[in-house]
Amino acid sequence: MGDTLLEVEDLHVHFPTPDGVVKAVNGISYSLAKQEILAIVGESGSGKSVGVLSLLRLIPDRDCHLRGSVHFEGSDLLQLSDVEMRELRGNRIAMVFQDPMTSLNPVLRIGDQIQESIIEHQGISEKVAKNRAIELLELVGIPEAEKRYRHYPHQFSGGMRQRIMIAAGLACEPSILIADEPTTALDVTIQAQIIDLVKKLRREIGMSVIWITHDLGIVAGLADRVAVMYAGKIVEFAPVDELFKNPQHPYSKGLLNSLPRLDTRSEEPLEAIEGFPPNLIDYPTTCPFLERCSSRTEQCQTPPAQQALTPSHQVWCHHAVKV
Amino acid sequence: MLGYIFGRILALMMILLAVSVIVFALMHSVPGGPFDERKGRLPPAAKANILKKYGLDQPVWKQYINYMSHAVRFDFGIPYQRPHTTVAKLISKSWAITVQVGLTTIVVAFGFGILAGIYAAYHQNSWVDTLVTFVSSLGVTVPNFVVAMWLILIFAVSLNWLPMGGWGSSGQCLIDKYFCTDWILPVIAYAIAPMAIVARYTRASIVEVMGEDYVRTARAKGLSEVKVMRKHVFRNAQIPMVTALGTEIPNLITGSIFIESTFRINGLGKYFVTSTLNRDYPMIMATFLLVAFLWGILYLLTDIAYTMIDPRVRLGAKSLS
Repeated sequence: MGDTLLEVEDLHVHFPTPDGVVKAVNGISYSLAKQEILAIVGESGSGKSVGVLSLLRLIPDRDCHLRGSVHFEGSDLLQLSDVEMRELRGNRIAMVFQDPMTSLNPVLRIGDQIQESIIEHQGISEKVAKNRAIELLELVGIPEAEKRYRHYPHQFSGGMRQRIMIAAGLACEPSILIADEPTTALDVTIQAQIIDLVKKLRREIGMSVIWITHDLGIVAGLADRVAVMYAGKIVEFAPVDELFKNPQHPYSKGLLNSLPRLDTRSEEPLEAIEGFPPNLIDYPTTCPFLERCSSRTEQCQTPPAQQALTPSHQVWCHHAVKV
Repeated sequence: MLGYIFGRILALMMILLAVSVIVFALMHSVPGGPFDERKGRLPPAAKANILKKYGLDQPVWKQYINYMSHAVRFDFGIPYQRPHTTVAKLISKSWAITVQVGLTTIVVAFGFGILAGIYAAYHQNSWVDTLVTFVSSLGVTVPNFVVAMWLILIFAVSLNWLPMGGWGSSGQCLIDKYFCTDWILPVIAYAIAPMAIVARYTRASIVEVMGEDYVRTARAKGLSEVKVMRKHVFRNAQIPMVTALGTEIPNLITGSIFIESTFRINGLGKYFVTSTLNRDYPMIMATFLLVAFLWGILYLLTDIAYTMIDPRVRLGAKSLS
């Protein structure tokens, strides 16, 4: 991969609550290269969304404690002032959210919602911004862009709205697009269109993408590298082919085994990972996956350190086997 | 849109007709009449003469038709209690004063209520928020005449800063050059309850909208807090606010007997009570029709406001996907 664009180091996100501190993200580190698509997978509550929301500091500071560092274009995002952070948001790093039905403001024209970040960050006139917004609508494949520019969100279908969200995200030509489960609320055919669109845009605009999902099917078709998250930690990090061929962490294996495959007999039940993720308030001092792991041993009482199986394939498990 | 408004106004006419029938029937079915002898007996011939003069000797349905045929020409009759004037004159004279109190109250109640609500919503769970919530609960629960008494005791009696009551020496206070301080205490006393409701409702609406996904989207675009609030939050928060807060307006501009009698304001509010007690049929009809008309107009205006705020309810908007 090319140059490193974003470097996340030892990121912690903790939420103080009346019941105790919820340790949502516990020391994740990764880097993102230029034009790379990085997928972050994991079940609900594994900290994948919180982990990326905190990159843009979109969780109010009074609600959470951030620790670690996020290096991007020569500065640490976690140390920036609110004003400096705001200049980055939507401009250098943009975000597309999960539910396109609720993520667009129902009372504003979509054109307005696409161009507002251009006007905010580039200080150009409404007229120029309008032309740019229409171009963006064409880029994401909205027919009759000029006419549709004046329409409201309720006049679009779910897939169209997600295209509009992406157009709004691309408005300032960000170097990173963070997509938080952007296709979860859409049906499969639309999913495929959105994925093709993102791949096309990556090539054309040359941006990097962080794609949060729990759908391994999307990961296989889209990502360059995959980080598997569990209980606020990355448990395995590998290029996409490597992960699908040679998963080493028992959790990654479990996720892959729970996928329906064309060659399994339809009567056979899918394998599920037994049990529940650990309590994030009373965080275990053992390997976090211990409770649900079928191959646990004495060793697993201590949290596993990172093991590099190959230079690009890391796993956090005592039982990983080097090839 | 024009057709829609025309239709609504037609519907409003039907409502007024229904209200007039109900009120007319109710007031005539209540025992007692406007010329009952309370202070001494009237010769039967004189009484029959009075009843005949006002048409009260005729069957009720005939009286109704008689009344309505005049009412459609804006002739609302003569008040039995003040036969030297007409209902229309009496109402327009007293309402002119009440409207001054009412509109000032609306400005104060909505102005401060909305500001307090926005501030409380934006500083959720801070001490200011707690204070606004506390004062609002107080404002809703304490009756306005109690507030009025305290205001008079403090600002008029003890401090002697403001007049105790009255509405200008000339019967005018806020119009033209007759600006005076008479309005301050009644308006504050009158505004506290609606202000509390406005503040609580504003807070609730804004807090709800601030939790919406599209507000997070707006923040992720790097918009400043002021822009996020102004462009994305307020506009959406207006929708529930219009629904709940619009209904305060007709009540406020038709006056309150409590405020008017506490502050010696010669307004419309008292006629709602006195006309009923005196069985002053033309006054009862006129005041009730006025209230019904104001409510009807208000609902029409809120519905038009929706279509301006929310494109999803815009009439004739083509919904295509």
